[in-house]
Amino acid sequence: MDGPQSVRPVGPVVIDIENITKDYVMGEETVHALRSVTLQIRRNEYLAVMGPSGSGKSTLMNMLGCLDTPSSGRYEFNGRNVKEMDDDELAAIRNREIGFVFQTFNLLPRANALRNVELPLIYAGMDPESRKERAAQALNDVGLGDRIHHKPNELSGGQRQRVAIARALVNNPSIILADEPTGNLDSKTGEEIMALLEDLYLRGNTIILVTHERDIAAHARRTIHLRDGLIEMDHMGFIPELDTAVAS
Amino acid sequence: MKRFLYELEESWKIAAAQMRSNMTRSTLTALGVIIGIVAVTLMGTAISGISIGFDNSMSVLGDDVLYVTQWPWKPVDDWWNYRDRKKIETDYADKINRIIAATSNSNLIVAVPTSSLMRSVKYEGNEVDGVFTLGTTSDFTLTSTIDCKEGRFFNEIESREGAQVVVVGYDVADALFPSESPIDKTVLINGQNFKVIGVNARQGTFLGLFSWDSMVAIPLTAFNKYFSSKSASDVRPGGASTESDVRVKVKDKKKLTEAKDELTGIMRRVRGLSPEKREDFSINEQQAFKSTLDPVKNTIAIAGLFITGLSLFVGAIGIMNITFVSVKERTKEIGTRKALGARRRTILLQFLIESTALCLLGGFIGLAVAYFLCFGIGKAFPSFPIQFSLGLVVTSMVVSVLTGLISGFAPAWTASRLDPVTALRYE
Repeated sequence: MDGPQSVRPVGPVVIDIENITKDYVMGEETVHALRSVTLQIRRNEYLAVMGPSGSGKSTLMNMLGCLDTPSSGRYEFNGRNVKEMDDDELAAIRNREIGFVFQTFNLLPRANALRNVELPLIYAGMDPESRKERAAQALNDVGLGDRIHHKPNELSGGQRQRVAIARALVNNPSIILADEPTGNLDSKTGEEIMALLEDLYLRGNTIILVTHERDIAAHARRTIHLRDGLIEMDHMGFIPELDTAVAS
Repeated sequence: MKRFLYELEESWKIAAAQMRSNMTRSTLTALGVIIGIVAVTLMGTAISGISIGFDNSMSVLGDDVLYVTQWPWKPVDDWWNYRDRKKIETDYADKINRIIAATSNSNLIVAVPTSSLMRSVKYEGNEVDGVFTLGTTSDFTLTSTIDCKEGRFFNEIESREGAQVVVVGYDVADALFPSESPIDKTVLINGQNFKVIGVNARQGTFLGLFSWDSMVAIPLTAFNKYFSSKSASDVRPGGASTESDVRVKVKDKKKLTEAKDELTGIMRRVRGLSPEKREDFSINEQQAFKSTLDPVKNTIAIAGLFITGLSLFVGAIGIMNITFVSVKERTKEIGTRKALGARRRTILLQFLIESTALCLLGGFIGLAVAYFLCFGIGKAFPSFPIQFSLGLVVTSMVVSVLTGLISGFAPAWTASRLDPVTALRYE
C-alpha cells in the first residue's frame, strides 16, 4: 500500500468487550481459547485481528459475530448485553447488525446471486419487491449489476466473494466481519477484494478483518494481535517491522 | 406473521430445488410413500366397498321385516338344540295372516312365505347352474324392495294360480340373454317352462351375500308343484333341500320389539306350543344380522389398515432417513443460514417442509396410481363394490402431510439445534 492511508473519524462504540473468556471442555481437558480479552470497536473503524493459529482468533471472531457467547466477562453490542441472549436473539443480532464474509464464500449453490443476497432480507421479514430491489442494488454496489441471475458455479472466485460481500452489506449492518476473505483467492483477485473492502470502509462501513496474512492486515487502520487467548498488541495503523515480527 | 410467510415461501422454494437437484434420491424415497399411500388407499376403498356391499345386502333384508326361521341369524354354540327343530312351513304364512287380520291394532301387516332351492335355468343354448330359485307370493314386493329394470313382478292372480312365470335377476338375465330382451321369452327351470315377465335392476353382489342379481323368483304354488324337495328325484349332494321361511312386514319399524313379541305369540299359537315349552323357531331382523356382521367388518377394517399402515410406516422411515442425510450434507449451509440470521424455527420449518413436500408428492402420485388401480379393478371385477371417494382423497392427503411432518421432525429438530460455529466449520 503506497502513501498514507486516509483515516476516517471514528464514531460511537459498537462492540464493547471486557475481560471475556471462552473455555472449551474437551474430554478431561479444558481449553482456554480466550483468557481475558478487553476490546472496544467503534463505528467507522477498520480493524484487523491477527494471530497464529491456536491464538484464539477464530474464537474471538465467533464472539464478535455473535455466533457464540463468552464463558465469562461482559459483551455489549450497541449497548445490548449479548451474553444474556438466547439463540433466536443472537440470530436477530446477526441478521441486522453483522455482515459475514467467509473464506469459502458460503453461497447457496443452487440459488442465483440475487437469491443469495436476498437471504438475510427474507430472515428480516422484508417484502419481496423491496427485497429484490435492495439485493439488486447491493450487487450493483459491488460491481456485479450484470451478474445477478448467475449461479455461484457460473461466477469466478472473485465474483463469488463479491456476491458474499453484497450479501453481508444488504441489511446495512453495524459491522462487516470478514474471516480470511482472500484466503481462497489468488493474490490479484485478493487485492481486488481488499480494494472493495477499502471502498466500503471509505463509504462509512465498519470492517473487522480476521487474517493471518500481513499483506491483508496492512489494509486495516488498526491491528490487534492475539496470542494464547490474550491480546498481545493493539495499535493504530500498520507497523511493518512490528507486525511482521509478531505474525511470523 | 409476514416474516413467517416469507420464510414459508422460501422453504418451499428450497424444498423444490432440493427435490429437483436430487431427482433419483427423491424419487426413490417418494416411492416408499407412494407404495404406502397406494396400499392404504386401496385398503380404504376396499373397506368402504365392503361396507357398502354389506349395506346393500342388508337393504335386501329390509329394516321393517321380521324373518321366521328355523335357525337364528347369529352364531350359536348349541347348534344341536336347533338342528332338530321342526322346519318352517310355507303355509304358516296363511295362518299368521288370518291371526293378523283378526287382531285389532296389530303391529304386523302381512306374512309372506318363501321357499328356495338351487336350480339350473336354461334358455336355448345358454344355461346357468345353481340359480337361487325363490318361490313366493305376490305380497313379496311388500317386504322387499324390488326394482324391475324391465317388466314387472308377478301379480296376485298369477301367484294364486301358480302361473308359470318368472322374474329373473340381472346376472341371470345377462347370462341367458346376452343380446336380447328376456321379456316374454320362455326359460326352462329344471325342465319346466316359465315365461319371463320381469328383470330385476342390477343390485351388485358381495361375498355371496343376498342379492337379487343371481336369483329367479316364481310363484310359490308353482314352486311347490315342481320343486318341492320331498318329491324331487334329484336331491343333489350339497344340500339341495328346500329352505323355507316366512317374512312378516311390520307396521311401524320403531315398534319392532312389540311386533316381534306379537309375532312370537302368533307363532306359538301356530306351532301349538304350551306355555312352558321353549320356542322352536327363531324370529330375526336385519339388525341382528348387522350386529353379527359389524364386528367382522370392523376387524377386517382394523387389520387391513394396520397391515397397509405398516407399508406407509416403512415409507415414513425412508423419508426420515433421507431428511437426516439432507441435514448432514447441508450442515455448512445450515451454519451459513444461521450466520445470516435464520432462527431455529426457520431451519426447523425448512426441513419439515422438505420432508412434507416429498410425502405430498408421494401422496399425489400414490393417489393417482390407486385411482387407476381402482378403475381397473372395477372394470375387471364389476361385482366388487369398490368405492373411490373425495373423503379418501382428503384423508390420504392429510395422511401424507402428517407422515411428512412426523418423519421429518427428528431430523429437522436436529438441524435447528445445530451450533452455528460447529455447523460453519463442518466440511
